[in-house]
Amino acid sequence: MSSCRTRCLVSESGIRIRDIIDAIEARLLTQPSHMDRLVLSVCGADLMSDVLAFTKAKTLLLTGLTSIQVVRTAGVVDLAGIVFVRGKRPSPEVVELAEAEDLPLLVTDYPLYEACGKLYCLGLKGCSELDPGGRTGECLTSGT
Amino acid sequence: MPDVRDVGALMSVTYDIAARDFVRAGEAANKLKRLLQQLGLDPAVIRRAAIAAYEAEMNIVIHSYGGQIKVDITPESIEIFCEDSGPGIPDIEKALQEGYSTASEEIREMGFGAGMGLPNIQKSADKFRIESAVGRGTCLQVTILHEAGE
Repeated sequence: MSSCRTRCLVSESGIRIRDIIDAIEARLLTQPSHMDRLVLSVCGADLMSDVLAFTKAKTLLLTGLTSIQVVRTAGVVDLAGIVFVRGKRPSPEVVELAEAEDLPLLVTDYPLYEACGKLYCLGLKGCSELDPGGRTGECLTSGT
Repeated sequence: MPDVRDVGALMSVTYDIAARDFVRAGEAANKLKRLLQQLGLDPAVIRRAAIAAYEAEMNIVIHSYGGQIKVDITPESIEIFCEDSGPGIPDIEKALQEGYSTASEEIREMGFGAGMGLPNIQKSADKFRIESAVGRGTCLQVTILHEAGE
């Protein structure tokens, strides 16, 4: 898959969870209908207060934490979903709460930095005002 | 179930918050957010109220011996009153500094306790008042105006 083709998946309305799954070889832990949810921006964080302070609506959170507080935090700020990095799987209680809250949960084997890098190369924006356009230019490493 | 009373234009809801109950911590803030959404309030206002309530709820769960969050929704504002019984805060000025925390490693492992809770509440609030008595507890009042927006 060329980097150009994957970049083109990010439109004005965002990118679908199924394309995120392709990009970071993730597994969906919640209901299959979550595949078609849209993501507008991405944030990588293990500190929930930072997630509260700096994310926007429809942000996908990549995190190394699997506590139930991650799902509670997602509910408070309307995150688009959560990706647990480095293959960490949350407990059944956490998945159950996410299902009840209709929140997509994913797990990838990539560590935080690498998973974030792959999504940034797709053209997905972060949450800061420092880089409002996201990475729309050429990705430094081509291919996936 | 929270106690919801609708008195004319004023709606009031109270949530009991248990100390050290990390499974339910955040439930009240999520319920409040859904209630505010049902009332059709501005999403930016809802977001600020939910963030303030959530950080306050976590503080009560982490630091106190238990408490309550009472929320009044008026035509002008959302008023969040938090009251706990607990050890209180010896130095409020210090507690308001970004990065200052007395939380344990266990709390940090859950993604909290980085000393951003009270600063985040302050940032979300149009008005913010905190009073604490060592050995008795802490009272927090947060006002979020419907008009102010982000």
